[in-house]
Amino acid sequence: MEILVCIKQVPGSNKVEVDPVTGVLKRNSADAKMNPYDLFALETGLRLREKYGGNLSVLTMGPPQAATILYEAFAMGADKGGLITDRKFGGSDVLATSYTLSQGIRKFGTFDIIICGLQTTDGDTAQVGPEVSEMLGIPCVCNVRAIDKAEVDCIIVDMEMSEDIEKLKVPFPCLITVQKDIYEPRLPSYKKQKATANREISRYSLNDMNDKNEKNYGLDGSPTCVQKIFPPTSDKVQETWTGSGEDLSQRIYGALKKMKFTA
Amino acid sequence: MGKLIVHQEKVQDIAALIKICPFGAMEDKDGKIEINSACRLCKLCVRKGKGVFEFVEETFSEIDKSAWRGIAVYVDHVDGKIHPVTYELIGKARELAAKINQPVYAVFLGEGIDKKAQEILHYGVDKVYICDKRELRGFNIENYATAFETFIDKIKPAVVLVGATPVGRQLAPRVAAHFHTGLTADCTVLDIHENTDLVQIRPAFGGNIMAEILTPNHRPQMATVRYKIMDAPKRNDEISGSIETLELNSAKFTSKVEVLSIIEKPREIGIENADVLIVAGRGVKKKEDLKLIRELAEVLNGDYACTRPLVENGWLEPKRQIGLSGRTVRPKLIITCGVSGSVQFVAGMEHSEKIFAINSDPKASIFKVANYAVVGDLYEIIPKLIEKIKQGREIA
Repeated sequence: MEILVCIKQVPGSNKVEVDPVTGVLKRNSADAKMNPYDLFALETGLRLREKYGGNLSVLTMGPPQAATILYEAFAMGADKGGLITDRKFGGSDVLATSYTLSQGIRKFGTFDIIICGLQTTDGDTAQVGPEVSEMLGIPCVCNVRAIDKAEVDCIIVDMEMSEDIEKLKVPFPCLITVQKDIYEPRLPSYKKQKATANREISRYSLNDMNDKNEKNYGLDGSPTCVQKIFPPTSDKVQETWTGSGEDLSQRIYGALKKMKFTA
Repeated sequence: MGKLIVHQEKVQDIAALIKICPFGAMEDKDGKIEINSACRLCKLCVRKGKGVFEFVEETFSEIDKSAWRGIAVYVDHVDGKIHPVTYELIGKARELAAKINQPVYAVFLGEGIDKKAQEILHYGVDKVYICDKRELRGFNIENYATAFETFIDKIKPAVVLVGATPVGRQLAPRVAAHFHTGLTADCTVLDIHENTDLVQIRPAFGGNIMAEILTPNHRPQMATVRYKIMDAPKRNDEISGSIETLELNSAKFTSKVEVLSIIEKPREIGIENADVLIVAGRGVKKKEDLKLIRELAEVLNGDYACTRPLVENGWLEPKRQIGLSGRTVRPKLIITCGVSGSVQFVAGMEHSEKIFAINSDPKASIFKVANYAVVGDLYEIIPKLIEKIKQGREIA
């Protein structure tokens, strides 16, 4: 089975502030890590490979330093790594990111199954996986909570819905996004880390893609435009209420009703 | 849209210029500044780079926005059971549509949904488009996307709103990618300009920042919204609007994905999974009085928990204990009743979204983490609160 896991480097913490005067993000870019949700995708891929054989590749898109997380994936057991990087991909929204990834995947290899984490901790949209599947013209199943089994040409998975679980038989090639806790991610192995420290990775820039039209990538290829960013009005309320039992119960009730905890 | 240009001839102090970029996207390549792919186009360098950096706007051919009319809402459902987020979105859609004087559509895809579509007409939409097909039994993303795309191709709505449910969160991106259009996830505020540009505001970076987003040159504009963000309109007794059938040849459903079964999810138990938690502390005097706590939990569709002394007394099972030696919880709402708030307890619940603390001691340390510090006697407050919640339900 040829398995691809898409991973992303994200900021180490979400602690960012907006400069109230210039409206510019203040953040420390040095602190970065692999998106925690991707660890579950990697673990899922590793287990599939262990059970059914084949190769596990990892692909990421980002600045040159994002290569770090490919080596982290090698230390967990991934076989092959690819990095999509080009200044022209900067400023991509969901659509442009998905398009770039789908172009990169075509160059990187042919896969039976592509596995993505549920979402990232920085973008938090959970949209890139399904968009990539559409662009590759393959089926996708999101929120996979368990894998039943794989066969030669398909995989049987449980998709989590609000109140139900849907069991689906999905033919290869396909894309799935897996939930947190589908499996416990393994720790990186020191031995593997040593052994793979100098492994070659494949790099892809705009010139390597089938579609070399700049307008389809980065900011130009992004239909959405961020008009402005601003700090949220803090909803951290700290109020002290005193009064009679009747008053207080009425105030609590009013607040619960407003917050939609009750009718 | 546009790009950054570096005027190398104006560069004096490379190191100082490189430091401007918070993302480390500038490199010194043999005395020339190069911008790498870490660039987020925040344009900070344009502002602070003393003319070295220039942002050049590029003009695009503008689309004809008048060809796209109306606000469409995806009817979120599993097996015909309509998710309430649908009505909340209809409420928002009506508000937006009124501003630009355009219609509101609902699009309902599934199997055996004919009769259920009638219900939507009680909420003030102009048209409900239904596609009732055998191939839409169970949720199969490819077939649902095919039907959704047919709707968009035929009706050409300016805006498409989808609930951020497990279904919506995968269907919306699939469809957005098909039309190569923008999709903004989990919007918390939506507004609309006269030219039908949708103003989408969403939290970014884990809610530490809010971003205002437009999709200025693509249609349809797509956005998802989570449940309980918008307000549902009141259900009218009378129906209005009409039901239209979305014509679609079944041959278009080409998905090879098979839905094998749909089973109800086992009810997740355990206080860690509760959205609403009522917590009993030592202020609860007797074991029998716990029924107050249970009843409050019940009327709020939540679960109940306790502090360590109550477990030690044998009043409740250890699995209901919150704190360092118990469970860590993070519900949307927590109401602590007669809990003093030891450090160990607070560590197990301080990340709850809304914290109400009822305690008769104004100096109780639980009040330091509470959003609402209610100074009073739980025996007076809780029975009255339960009563009010019950009454409120009867009216609604």
